[in-house]
Amino acid sequence: MDTLRLFSRFVKGSLRLVLTGNRSYWAWMAFLAALIASGASAYAHQVSTGLVMTAMRDQVSWGFYIGNFTFLVGVAAAAVVLVIPAYIYDWKPIREIVIYGELLAVSAIVMCLLFVMVDIGRPDRFWHLIPPWGHLNFPQSILAWDVLVLNVYFLINFVVVTHILFRAFHGRHYDKRVVVPLVLLSIPMAVGIHTVTAFLFNGLAARPYWNSSILAPQFLASAFCSGPAILLVVLQVLRRFTRFEIQNEAIWKIAELMAYAAFLNLFLHGAEAFKEYYSNTQHLLYTEYWFSGLGAHRTLVPYAWAAVTLNSLAFVLFIVPAWRRHPVTLNLGCLAIYAGCYIDKGMGLIIPGLTPDALGEIYEYFPTTTELRVAAGVFALGFLVFTLMLKVAVPITLGEFQTERTGGAH
Amino acid sequence: MRSVVWGACALAVVVGTFVARIGAGDAGVPVRAAEPQAAQAPPIQEMERVEVPPPPFSEGIYPCTACHNKDMPVNRTRRELTEMHTDIVLKHGHQWCLDCHDPDDRDFLHLADGERVGFDESYRLCGQCHGEKYRDWRAGVHGRRSGSWNGHKTYLLCAHCHNPHQPHFKPIEPKPAPIPPSRTVPR
Amino acid sequence: MKQPPDEQPNLTRRQFASMAAAAAAGFVLTACGPKRLYEMPTDRLKARIREMERKYAEEFGTAVTVADTPPIPGVEFAYALDISRCIGCRRCVYACVAENNQSRNPQIQWIRVLSMDKDKGVDFSDADPYYQPEQVPQEGHFYVPVQCQQCRNAPCTKVCPTGATWTEKDGIVVIDYDWCIGCRYCMAACPYGARHFNWAQPSIPKDELNPKTHYLGNRPRPKGVVEKCTFCIQRTRNGRYPACVEVCPVGARKFGNLLDPASEIRYVIENKRVLVLKEELNTMPKFFYFYGT
Repeated sequence: MDTLRLFSRFVKGSLRLVLTGNRSYWAWMAFLAALIASGASAYAHQVSTGLVMTAMRDQVSWGFYIGNFTFLVGVAAAAVVLVIPAYIYDWKPIREIVIYGELLAVSAIVMCLLFVMVDIGRPDRFWHLIPPWGHLNFPQSILAWDVLVLNVYFLINFVVVTHILFRAFHGRHYDKRVVVPLVLLSIPMAVGIHTVTAFLFNGLAARPYWNSSILAPQFLASAFCSGPAILLVVLQVLRRFTRFEIQNEAIWKIAELMAYAAFLNLFLHGAEAFKEYYSNTQHLLYTEYWFSGLGAHRTLVPYAWAAVTLNSLAFVLFIVPAWRRHPVTLNLGCLAIYAGCYIDKGMGLIIPGLTPDALGEIYEYFPTTTELRVAAGVFALGFLVFTLMLKVAVPITLGEFQTERTGGAH
Repeated sequence: MRSVVWGACALAVVVGTFVARIGAGDAGVPVRAAEPQAAQAPPIQEMERVEVPPPPFSEGIYPCTACHNKDMPVNRTRRELTEMHTDIVLKHGHQWCLDCHDPDDRDFLHLADGERVGFDESYRLCGQCHGEKYRDWRAGVHGRRSGSWNGHKTYLLCAHCHNPHQPHFKPIEPKPAPIPPSRTVPR
Repeated sequence: MKQPPDEQPNLTRRQFASMAAAAAAGFVLTACGPKRLYEMPTDRLKARIREMERKYAEEFGTAVTVADTPPIPGVEFAYALDISRCIGCRRCVYACVAENNQSRNPQIQWIRVLSMDKDKGVDFSDADPYYQPEQVPQEGHFYVPVQCQQCRNAPCTKVCPTGATWTEKDGIVVIDYDWCIGCRYCMAACPYGARHFNWAQPSIPKDELNPKTHYLGNRPRPKGVVEKCTFCIQRTRNGRYPACVEVCPVGARKFGNLLDPASEIRYVIENKRVLVLKEELNTMPKFFYFYGT
């Protein structure tokens, strides 16, 4: 009962926190709200009319939504890149910011689940996936695995974050017996969610572009580039606008890890490209569609080369120690790798996987306004969740927001 | 030149007869010599009549003996018809009318050995040259059958689909192509 | 404000409690009972089917029967298509649309006829589904109609996260339109482009509805679910040929019981040169292509 009362005080306090802010906070919130409203109205139209509002068709049956889903699973998994050194090696500079990685993971999973929701034809039947009311085709369906691991991963991160913040709010250190096992579990889970998501595509023999065993490692490599990229930018923003302090060593360390991941990502892409082009089988078609187009069908070609350029540029910027330590080149690198991986894993993975289709037809998919609006809405909602959580978490970790000082406690 | 044609015809008749005979089970082997041997495929019951819908005569043409009766002498000379049946263009190997139609009773056809067969049994005549198609047809694999897959079936005669005088199919107009997805996407 | 009598709060509380209990019991009962058509006991299935018939009759203004004809023991259906005969006329496509109540707009067609180049053989990267010459067959072309291959080792049923699609005992791969969530994983998994999605509310002119339906086959579908060829389950389980077999003007389509040695299908497999599409994927289709000549 006591804990319950404390918790309700924590929730009330948090609410009060997120409802106060300066002008730029409210401007940001208004911006997100506008995007969410636009996305919601587009989604409402999509629900009433059907997915015909999107550019997806029988030929290319997955598109922008699933691309974003895949990318964001990577972002969610990337929290682990921070957790591993923080807890295994007990490296303090990073451990302080792990909580933000986990908040990011929670927000990313929220976005993932939303992207799946907006993609399915019958969102009203979502409960069909949830036993005992529904039926989960486990272990046959990899999608069933994905539903399972994503939700477990979400819960783990949510519990850890809430526990740490709740304890900090009451001026107590978190309970190691709760946090350490959960965090240790979240490490394989992070690898797991992204591996399972890769297997989702990987296991389909019908789609040779995906049916390559390099897919899961490549997913992990690109996740460990793009996830921390967001985090690095967020941390610098926080450092700028709040009293939040983060040591440069932590940022540099993360940037260094990203350099390795970026290299691995390029290497695995290169290995795949070599195999496709040198063996030159019928399956080369999909890679060709991505990089050079098939005949007059060249919609994605600029995106492909943009991704290659951005990923290579980011690698160069991260691998040179002086550049990854300089704020300008560091942030340029972060943006480049984020954009590169986003293109690569969103459009670059899903669309060429389905073009040409199973019967050789080339339908050039490109998202419609509805898809772009809905996706922007989902991202805005994810960022809203992230912002709200940061709004609570930052003061707590800074010790500005605690039971004693907020006046609620006696 | 003419002798070559006749030679070919004679050969066709001989082969046809041979096929028909083994088909009839006289030789005691199923007619699948050129095919991979199938353990269970049923032997063809040559004499078993097949239930078919009425032959597809042009209107008013049958019975043929309405004209081709005792009063009309039979002209057995191979020639181009100029007075009657000029609408029939014969594009079927080197045949001519009396190779298939029975000269002595036009309401019948005849096999190479002279046996008369009715129009509703014309498949036996066609099968003399087209042995493989005939076997497939009897098995229900060449041509169309209607009825039920696990019960009573009705066959169509060869002539229901192929004009016997010009057996090659004429090209037909296809039904509309599907609508390409690019034309249905809102922009 | 009037003070309520003493009993009143107790009574409402009791009422509330009993109502809550009833609601909970109802919830538990509905939650525990099987909801997929796959596992529904016969009596409940019958009731559901009556419900469907009522709904469709209301929607289309005509009597609609929804059959639940079970598989015939000892029967495994298979199909054979003679690619040396097919002339690409698409009669099968439209017969299938009419028989199986496929949406006219947006257009759904379970059969896709591919025009291929005789010089190149069966090569999907060179296939054209949109050919529209004045007459077919076109010189130098042959035609490969593709529909659900009813794989024995079906990738689509394996990947379905909710178990909304499965293989029946007679080998027909079916979909529970009331359980499918429309995730389209099966479409990504199908190597034959055989699965089609209802991107919008399907539309069938009322006077063109085929009122003889099967609950796993051609009954009208809702928006947002996947559908596909079922070998005309509503016909074939009653001994009839699929609509595409009956309509084919050149008799290129053959159908029968794979387990019956005297069937047409066995004759084809044992006597003709037979191929299946994308054999290397080990999907083991029960849809065979053969050269009749």
